[in-house]
Amino acid sequence: MADTTSQTDTVTITVDGEPMAARPGEMVIAAAERGGVYIPRFCYHPRMRPVGMCRMCLVEVKGPRGFALQPACFIPVADGQEVVTRSAKVKKAQDGVLEFLLVNHPLDCPVCDKGGECPLQDQTLAYGPGETRFVEEKRHWAKPISLSALVYLDRERCIQCDRCTRFADEVAGDPLIEFKGRGDHIEIATFPDQPFASYFSGNTVQICPVGALLSRPYRFKARPWDVEQVESTCTMCAVGCRVAVQSSGSELTRYIGLDSDPVNHGWLCDKGRYSYEYVNSEERLSHPLVRKAGELVEASWGEALEAAARGLQGARAVHGAASLAVLGGARLPNEDAYAWAKLAKGVLGTDNVDAQLGDGLPAEAVLGLPRATIDDACSAPAVVLLAPDLKEELPVLYLRLRAAAVAGGVPFLELTPRRTGMSKYCRTSLAYRPGEAPALARALVDGISGSEVAGVPAASVAAARELLGAEGAVVVLGRPSLAEPGESIAAAAAVLAGGLPGVRFLPALRRGNVLGALDMGLAPGLLPGRVALADGRAWFAGAWGAVPEARGLDAADILGAAAQGRIQGLVLLGADPVADFPDHQLARAALSSAGFVVSVDTFLTESSGQADVVLPAAAFAERAGTTTNLEGRITRLGQKIVPPGVARPDWMIAAELAFHLGGDLGVESLEDIWQEVERLAPSHAGITRSLLADRDHRDGVVAPFDGRVPTTSRPPAEAATATGVGSTTAVPGAVDPMSTPGVDAVETHGLPATEVAPAETAPSGGIDPGPEGEERQVGAAVATSAAPPMLAWSSEHGPQSPPPLDGYALRLVSGRSLYDQGTLVQHAPSLAALAAPPRLRANPYDLERLGMGQGGQVRVRSNRATFLADAVPDAGVPRGSVWLPFNAGEGSAGEVVDAAAPVTDLRVETP
Amino acid sequence: MPLTDAAPIVTRRVAIPESWTLRAYLDSGGYVGLRKALTMAPEAITQEVLTSNLLGRGGAGFEAGKKWSMLRKAEPVYLVVNGDESEPATFKDHMLLETDPHQILEGVLICAYAVGAARAFIYVRGEFALGQERLTAAVNEAYEYGAVGRDIFGSGFSVDVVVHPGAGAYICGEETALIESLEGKRGFPRIKPPFFPAAVGLYGAPTVVNNVETMSNLPWIIEHGGAAFAALGLGRSTGTRIFSLSGHVNRPGNYEVEMAKVTFRDLVENPRLGGGIRNGNELKAFIPGGVSAPWFGPEQVDMALDQDAVGKAGSMLGSGSVVVMDHTTCAVRAVWRITRFFHRESCGQCTPCREGSGWLEKVMRRIEEGAGREEDLELLLDVCDNIAPGLGWPPQQTTICVLGPSIPSSIKSGVNMFRDEFLTHVKEGACPYG
Repeated sequence: MADTTSQTDTVTITVDGEPMAARPGEMVIAAAERGGVYIPRFCYHPRMRPVGMCRMCLVEVKGPRGFALQPACFIPVADGQEVVTRSAKVKKAQDGVLEFLLVNHPLDCPVCDKGGECPLQDQTLAYGPGETRFVEEKRHWAKPISLSALVYLDRERCIQCDRCTRFADEVAGDPLIEFKGRGDHIEIATFPDQPFASYFSGNTVQICPVGALLSRPYRFKARPWDVEQVESTCTMCAVGCRVAVQSSGSELTRYIGLDSDPVNHGWLCDKGRYSYEYVNSEERLSHPLVRKAGELVEASWGEALEAAARGLQGARAVHGAASLAVLGGARLPNEDAYAWAKLAKGVLGTDNVDAQLGDGLPAEAVLGLPRATIDDACSAPAVVLLAPDLKEELPVLYLRLRAAAVAGGVPFLELTPRRTGMSKYCRTSLAYRPGEAPALARALVDGISGSEVAGVPAASVAAARELLGAEGAVVVLGRPSLAEPGESIAAAAAVLAGGLPGVRFLPALRRGNVLGALDMGLAPGLLPGRVALADGRAWFAGAWGAVPEARGLDAADILGAAAQGRIQGLVLLGADPVADFPDHQLARAALSSAGFVVSVDTFLTESSGQADVVLPAAAFAERAGTTTNLEGRITRLGQKIVPPGVARPDWMIAAELAFHLGGDLGVESLEDIWQEVERLAPSHAGITRSLLADRDHRDGVVAPFDGRVPTTSRPPAEAATATGVGSTTAVPGAVDPMSTPGVDAVETHGLPATEVAPAETAPSGGIDPGPEGEERQVGAAVATSAAPPMLAWSSEHGPQSPPPLDGYALRLVSGRSLYDQGTLVQHAPSLAALAAPPRLRANPYDLERLGMGQGGQVRVRSNRATFLADAVPDAGVPRGSVWLPFNAGEGSAGEVVDAAAPVTDLRVETP
Repeated sequence: MPLTDAAPIVTRRVAIPESWTLRAYLDSGGYVGLRKALTMAPEAITQEVLTSNLLGRGGAGFEAGKKWSMLRKAEPVYLVVNGDESEPATFKDHMLLETDPHQILEGVLICAYAVGAARAFIYVRGEFALGQERLTAAVNEAYEYGAVGRDIFGSGFSVDVVVHPGAGAYICGEETALIESLEGKRGFPRIKPPFFPAAVGLYGAPTVVNNVETMSNLPWIIEHGGAAFAALGLGRSTGTRIFSLSGHVNRPGNYEVEMAKVTFRDLVENPRLGGGIRNGNELKAFIPGGVSAPWFGPEQVDMALDQDAVGKAGSMLGSGSVVVMDHTTCAVRAVWRITRFFHRESCGQCTPCREGSGWLEKVMRRIEEGAGREEDLELLLDVCDNIAPGLGWPPQQTTICVLGPSIPSSIKSGVNMFRDEFLTHVKEGACPYG
């Protein structure tokens, strides 16, 4: 009995006479690959269910009646199994399959996007016959046809591997493409009048083993041999998907998802995938602008920095440091965020700093609650969603959680003011009345005596409570609605934190590096390393020279103070509050009343257009550094191209501005900054640059670092062939070209500028984890012992409770859609076209009361604004509530939200 | 005269007026087997069927009772009856569905009771409009009569029977494709192993899939005992069986004869059966068991209708359809027509069949039309070899299901048996038969 575990952990199979260890349950193709025997394949993909359709992986497997040809992707390993992959019989079968695949293939490689990185080309070369015996007429189709706004289909090239259809159905949950017809006239097709409008459609192009599925934005744009690439992390949201960034000349051409086991499994959302278009945009800010005689005109860096410094110094001289504020920073890499935090708090002397724009959660709650990873959520005994619509805001997190619910059987419980993309995968979805999340959370923890709470029937609460029996639930925590304040959700989180044993939280904040910016101290009352201002004052004052005395204002209060004329110097750090702050009226008033405004941005927006000085910043792929995802996972960003004009990375702008302000950030490179972060920020102790460059930590390092080397369940292709330490620019050396075509074929050049040589700080010395990871999280690598403690958070006070319901009003719920009027989306033409006009959604019952059961035009009235809107009946919006999208153009929720109120009530009337 | 005095079993009612009605069925001893079965233990029924050695009549010829005994022990169990008869020249189930639906239903109920099925599905080929109508009417009559539904004949046993129409795909006669189709999906066969229906069938549950004719034998077997059935025929080929005889015979039709005691020659020539070849012509070749089977020549015509003997000789009794070709038949054209059928019916799931069927058809058509090349003969055989490696019998396969290795049967028969005829096509640049 003693060694049963070792027996069940591995079995031994024999491949071509060589014994190999295999994991029970895995397929022969995967086990052989890990053991170094590559079996050719087309339809098999390590992240999807095998189908055994292409027959390329036929090998001989010994069965009761001797050896027989079997698809290696569909035969599970068994102890003592004998497999032959190189016999004449296998060779003939594989040659035969390749010949069959080419029978109807058009061989139009010279005009095919996939040419040069095509698995069919490669395998034909490796396994196929030299010439064809097929002299008949090939099958013909009109080509290409459109499957959606982003994806073309060339049916002549299709080899019917079922990868795209499988992906759409089982990974994305959008079964919008299917096989149609039969025999050699089988084709991929959409359903009548339903385009393949999936947020994840680009993945099908990525995994297509031939050039059948084509990316409309990429079509005919580049050839693999003209392209270079570097590994990076997508920052279009906070999930942190790993990507290969590819460019031709000084233009980005494509992103390809890389398989990060703890994060994205190789998948990207279309917003991330096609966001490179904004980087290439002609409208990027390329030169500093200074307002002269009311107009913004081009200026030199010296002139602009001088003007910025003068304006800020002037405000401080007259009104004090408390009249200065810095808004934004979630667009910035960690190093840049740190530099700006140091500039704001150490040089400018203000704590009025907030990387969030009133659309997130209180920073102390985000940083102070016990954290979970995505993998933790996917293996939790239960997951509570108290978050926005993840499909819209954090799409690849949605994929991971959806898979956990569908394939992993993890029970999900959702608290939401309206139905979301995750609702149908939840065991229970509790629709609470806007503003009443804390009461519902309380009922979940303590139970209820009455018949309902927050609009949720007692029976539903009781059913939900049954899911929360086991210890260690994970709460995915974000803003379910932008029309209720973050404090209300934080209060609900506090109740769950106190009432659910072993609970951990996965923040569902949206902006690219918002978690990194908070970690770096871009929030009021906080210092880098998840340290409270009061706790860290001495520690950072020693390093920085000065630290603000009192806690400053958050975004809402900064804008409120600005509107009242109390902010005289405002820095917008890639922030566009007029578009992003939930209360547009307040944001506009604030900008027009703020004395002096400096904007550091990549585009001129409605907000930055009002600034006195505009400083052009480098964008994604134009600068290196690190970024932090919603788990707290730190990964490296790759630089592939140079910024337009004289635009610069944000940290350089901060350092230069510091000089012009008479200060000195004391940093001259990204390396300097990161060394300082690693030394000063308790949450980042031990996370050295060489650690981040280490292949063992290629999926990033979660802060605080526990000293452990991750074990991976990565598909064998990559695990087996990942290159060792030192290949610093690296897209992983030899990924399985079948699972990610397009990466292997492209030469990895990149710019090695950001990388320290691993020898410089030997990982073994710097990151000795010690026997217990927990204990060394604070300061083991810090020279002195006075490092401040990291934040622990519990809510001291409850939020404002919502006023009673007015029988004539509907209570507003709002959130973002993936494609909206956001600056980056709107500067990516392929994505901009997908943004939908705003629609008001209300329960059919409420519209029926207006005599508008089928929807139609309605008048929306609030104490802020009155406008006409297109109303659509939607049973996913509870009775008494009404949905308006955020930042979807005129008539969006931002016009009517009052940031100071616990809820926003609207009158919806016939026009 | 039939060559044995065995009375017909499954076709015994076909001549009765309105044989498809409940009244006619009851008047001719219907539902006696079911009533008897319901008094027996389910295992005892399986035992009777094992004793009878009833071989599946769908094509593969697997022992029905053995199939039932191999079910994975799990709840629920489903019974799926295959009435998707689509093999060209096979028309026995068609007749049974139209003339004796109650006999099928009674067999279904006996089987459902024996295996403890929670529900039975009868999948009827989409083109069999009349068969569907009569079977559906029979099911409705049987519900009213108390033979189907809750507490059948007061026995405490309940089962519902669903008649499901197919939608016109040959592949859905393949049992796992049929199951997929029943589940509302595309008729793509599943990969075996591991998805043998007895283990993982309909909706993932253990499932018995049996043919319509197989079911039709059960009432008689239960009424008269498995031993009585086994006393008919020889060896493993017990009982009687319907043979669909077609082609160049004077009397094409369905003939139920005792297995293994009647030869192909009897079937073709006996005046009560095929009545000889038309116009007194010479026999050129015949297909012993559906177009998926390799052909036989005149030298095999004295072979008995014995499953194992035919198998040993390199072909199969298959679906029980015998196609007779006289000497006026163009072998090339015959092979092309069969290949065209498989090309049209390949489901497209796996590469060798999807692409190979079309390729082979194109080559065959080229030869028939006079544009063939001598090397095309070797090409045909090699492409076939890439679908069914070794071209042996029973065939190996590079495909998911047996449709693939069915394609080479006629091609290899044609090229090997009538090589000269193929070469004549090539050399003369035309079909010598016009």
